[in-house]
Amino acid sequence: MDLQDRIVQLIDSTGTLISDPRYQSTLNDAALLSLYQDMVLIRKLDEQATALQRQGELGLWAPLLGQEAAQIGSGRALKSQDYVFSTYREHGVAWCRGVDPVEMLRFWRGTMHQPWDANFHRMYGYQVIIGAHALHATGYAMGAHLAGRIGTGNPETDQAVVAYFGDGAMSEGDVNEAFIFATTYKSPIVFFCQNNQWAISEPTKRQSSIHLSERAKGFGLPGIRVDGNDVIACHAVTTEALDRARSGEGPTLIEAVTYRMGAHTTSDDPTKYRAGSDDDFWREKDPIDRLKIYLHNNGILKVEFETELAAKADSLAERMRVECRELPNPDALSMFNHVYSGSDARIDEQKREVEVILSEREVH
Amino acid sequence: MSEFTLLNAVNRGLRRAMEADSKVILMGEDIGKLGGVFRATEGLQKDFGEGRVIDTPLAESGIVGTAIGLALYGYRPVVEIQFDGFVYPAFDQIVVQLARMRYRSAGALFLPITIRMPFGGGIGSVEHHGESPEAYFASTPGLRVVTCADPSDAYWMIQQAIVSDDPVIFLEPKRRYYQKGEVDTTLDISEAPSMYKARVVLEGSDCTLLSYGPTVATSLQAARMAAVDGVSLEVIDLRSLSPLDLPTLIESVKKTGRAIVVHEASSSGGVGGEIGLCLMQSCFYYLHAPILRVTGYDTPYPPSRIEDDYLPDADRILDAVEKVMGY
Repeated sequence: MDLQDRIVQLIDSTGTLISDPRYQSTLNDAALLSLYQDMVLIRKLDEQATALQRQGELGLWAPLLGQEAAQIGSGRALKSQDYVFSTYREHGVAWCRGVDPVEMLRFWRGTMHQPWDANFHRMYGYQVIIGAHALHATGYAMGAHLAGRIGTGNPETDQAVVAYFGDGAMSEGDVNEAFIFATTYKSPIVFFCQNNQWAISEPTKRQSSIHLSERAKGFGLPGIRVDGNDVIACHAVTTEALDRARSGEGPTLIEAVTYRMGAHTTSDDPTKYRAGSDDDFWREKDPIDRLKIYLHNNGILKVEFETELAAKADSLAERMRVECRELPNPDALSMFNHVYSGSDARIDEQKREVEVILSEREVH
Repeated sequence: MSEFTLLNAVNRGLRRAMEADSKVILMGEDIGKLGGVFRATEGLQKDFGEGRVIDTPLAESGIVGTAIGLALYGYRPVVEIQFDGFVYPAFDQIVVQLARMRYRSAGALFLPITIRMPFGGGIGSVEHHGESPEAYFASTPGLRVVTCADPSDAYWMIQQAIVSDDPVIFLEPKRRYYQKGEVDTTLDISEAPSMYKARVVLEGSDCTLLSYGPTVATSLQAARMAAVDGVSLEVIDLRSLSPLDLPTLIESVKKTGRAIVVHEASSSGGVGGEIGLCLMQSCFYYLHAPILRVTGYDTPYPPSRIEDDYLPDADRILDAVEKVMGY
């Protein structure tokens, strides 16, 4: 295998552990079981949200199906003091940051732009503009550096930042500028690119003629290509990159090679642009199946655990169904809030106009 | 009272803001060792260090985008965009990200970022160095847009912009950079006039000239010439384009019954049209004549050898005055 084609893999699609010259997993059986549980639950979350969209309860949903290992593996490598900037597909990462799935739905149902408390979860809300947040993440990391919150040697307080984006974003100027700023200032950031092969209808080869991870060399940061359907490897490479960042060694680009098993969003129809055989090829590499086989074959996954997990997943889905429908519409007048720090004469006037319209509507 | 150029007043204002708050950091191209291509930040890196006066890569979107991240971390970045015509690569970060953060997060997050930018023409320079992009920003909810016209305002307004918790586009009239004026630096920032409050620069009774930035001086020149012919012009410096200080404007126009808006930016979709309509709504029965505009034309900025024919000058303003006085 060409060195350029080297891909970090610690468990293959048959559920066999692979040894890697550089990366060793530090995960014990309990941790593996926990990663497995997270992947199962977010798959359920995703399935339920997709169904809610089909039932008209959500305006849109961007499925993560197939990307569970990339999101849980990397998300679980984060520490509480770290900070995340993500796209609209990182429900699994949000899950790892403790965001309640019903909170996520607020965005897709159209009740809030920023659906969870970013300060509390230390994860900024879904970014829709492709790649724009790579710069915010880099700036945040520059801030941690300026504030002296890296390289103190204390792994519990040193901070790192992760920017999640996809293969399509690798073509955006903002992402490329983010690489330049991050390397120039040696910022504590991990760029985690989930190469899910498709930017809506455009295959990765429309974005790049080389592996995306190879781009890193030109910017002067390490580029690592990891099997994005291997949760153990994703966890290992992200853990190492985060440690590098926290200790002041600078940024890393990780390309997690995965596959978007579903549509771009619930409005998309992938049968228009890709072959079913691609789906079949990747279904064989399913991120959850391989870990399940391993856990099962090694007696780690017990039947009771499976039964209990299935019940947990069902109750999560049930709660999502109920609580999604209960999410209150915002007060119409709230549209006038928080444009500025203080009051604004013109906005106040327009708010009064709407108050009149609303009160007249009530009368009629 | 001390006398400074407008450029030096910006520099001193930045210095004072940095002394007042250690979270204030400056970012931009060539602002460190060089002190900026106009020297607005001269000496600041030497005194405050490379951690607070940051020479950035040449990437405007990158500068504003990383400033957003720094602000989220708790800093108060002041970004220099080297020239008006260079701001467009940062447009998405300004209009889509910077302007909306507070709203998007329902007030949980805010971005106290100031974007400084020399603007306007009249310096005989090449393409992209003489533009007036203010209308794009003034029509963007979530941004504040202000511009100074003299050294005192430059000194105080830049400090007010920096302490503001809203993102502020701070436009500096580059052809007035070397204009001198008195600045009372002994005041406290709370005693200085608000950047959101329009300033009556010259009182008059026949017609109000509404202007901002570089054309305030032009309007004053026109007013002096009109006075010779017995026409009394009131000159108002808007200071803020978003929000507009409509009460001050309305009071003046109710008094004079006539108004002319003067700006360098193109006419169509510009600040002048917005002001004219607001005044028409509020002063309809007080108006003796239609509100007119004297502006740059609806063309891209022309080559500098003919820019004097593009830019509003006192003669064009006086032609408009003659029209409104003749109604």
